[in-house]
Amino acid sequence: MKRVFPILAILTAILLWYAMSIALNPEIHIGGITLNGAPTEQTMGNVQRIFYYHVPSAWIAFILFFINFFASIYYLIRRSQAADIVALVCAEVGVVFCTVVLITGPIWARPVWGIWWTWDMRLTSTLVLWLIYMSYLFLRRFSSSGQTPLMAAVLAVFGALCVPFVYFSIWFFRTQHPQPVMGGGGSIDPRMLHVLLLNWLAFSCFAFLVCWWRYRLEVLQREVDRAHAMRSLMDEPNQLRSAR
Amino acid sequence: MNHVPGSSGGVPTAGGQEIGVSLQPQKIVRGLTRATLLKDLRLEWRSKDAINSMLFFSLLVVVVFSFSFDPSAEESRQIAGGLIWVAFLFASVVALNQTWARELRNQVLDAYRVSPAPANSLFMAKTLGNFVFVSVLEALMTPLFIAFYRLRPLGPAWQLLLVAALGTWALVVNGTFFAAMSIRTRSREIMLPLLLFPISIPAILAMVQATTSILNGEGARFWIVLLVTYDLVFTTSCLLLFENVLNAE
Amino acid sequence: MSTNPYLFAAYAVTWIIHIVYLATIFSRSARLKREIEELKK
Repeated sequence: MKRVFPILAILTAILLWYAMSIALNPEIHIGGITLNGAPTEQTMGNVQRIFYYHVPSAWIAFILFFINFFASIYYLIRRSQAADIVALVCAEVGVVFCTVVLITGPIWARPVWGIWWTWDMRLTSTLVLWLIYMSYLFLRRFSSSGQTPLMAAVLAVFGALCVPFVYFSIWFFRTQHPQPVMGGGGSIDPRMLHVLLLNWLAFSCFAFLVCWWRYRLEVLQREVDRAHAMRSLMDEPNQLRSAR
Repeated sequence: MNHVPGSSGGVPTAGGQEIGVSLQPQKIVRGLTRATLLKDLRLEWRSKDAINSMLFFSLLVVVVFSFSFDPSAEESRQIAGGLIWVAFLFASVVALNQTWARELRNQVLDAYRVSPAPANSLFMAKTLGNFVFVSVLEALMTPLFIAFYRLRPLGPAWQLLLVAALGTWALVVNGTFFAAMSIRTRSREIMLPLLLFPISIPAILAMVQATTSILNGEGARFWIVLLVTYDLVFTTSCLLLFENVLNAE
Repeated sequence: MSTNPYLFAAYAVTWIIHIVYLATIFSRSARLKREIEELKK
């Protein structure tokens, strides 16, 4: 790993710690300084603070899936190995963040609405996105390696094309069958916005570092696979000789 | 009589005759599509293998659903839309899974790849063939559902036909495409539904909601427009990208 | 700040998921390094 990675990791860890502190506390005291955190919400109380983890995770998942879409298109046009790895990495990390959204959502819904699940716009579209990209990851795992990048890129394009349909269909479904709305529609208190954006920044840095690490792992993995393949090719005459 | 396909524009069919097509590209595509489709339908008609097992499977699905969900006539109008389309979904997966089985067994795909024939013709022929198969299944399952659930549509019934056609096409066009993608995977049969279902969710929602609305006498205009758009977008994507799937080594 | 159990669960689950994923990357990375050592021989 390059030297810059550990430094960035430590900085990100500090940022994450700070972001979490201001998300959980209305005020934090460092040294002699008092810093403002997120105020307690009027109707929901402290449970609302899940918002500061739930929403940034959703944004990051969507951004990562977006990058996956562009990387897949680039692969279809240029057949670039790097684009293929970027697509894979973004899909994996995106699914991780998506999972976080899908689990924190019900944990938030339960005390507020008394139900574990609601066909809310964000939760439902996140669920469908999660399903689409899980199927993408399954295809990656189950496909035989020669044409996996191509098949996966095609599937990613289909998945991305599906997204507007998901939004429209769920939007209309919800107007016909009104559901509880999660996550504070309407204007947001500026202090809450500040905490929200800071958590988003912190998690974005975190996501970037995870993707970077995963990218390097994949590059290394493919080199090792190629080395294995070369070795078995070169060993073949020896194996044939010993078989006789 | 051996002809190199595409040389004189002639395409040999299963019956050994030749369909003469002119060399204009559109006519080639249409001619090839028609030839492949007729060949598939003819083979199916002669062997009746797949169609018989799928028919029986569809019947089983209807009966099992009827045992599992036994509502009153009023309630059934609310849930019948969902039940019918889930049943159709399972039946179409069974049909789609064997789409490319015959081609695989006889190395037809390799021959197709080598020939100058456009990949789109093969895809359209397969999709149209699947559409016919699944429509036949639906036509046979629907009277059973109407009988078991005592259904009577309160809305315009012709819209139900439109929804059925659009919905079936949505399932079949993506299903044929993903079936071709699944060929090169381990666990071929499970891969198709794994890939098909998530992408089809907006279409399934539309089909179910449209059917339920029509059964209850409400309009389904939004859902029909959504289905038309979905069908257009995904048919175009499948046609554009099928070449890549066919030619993948 | 009173510790709401749901709040605690949500934050805990988030970090558990991330840590599990990081752990899988780490173990794959370690296994890969061992393979490289073997290949070099």
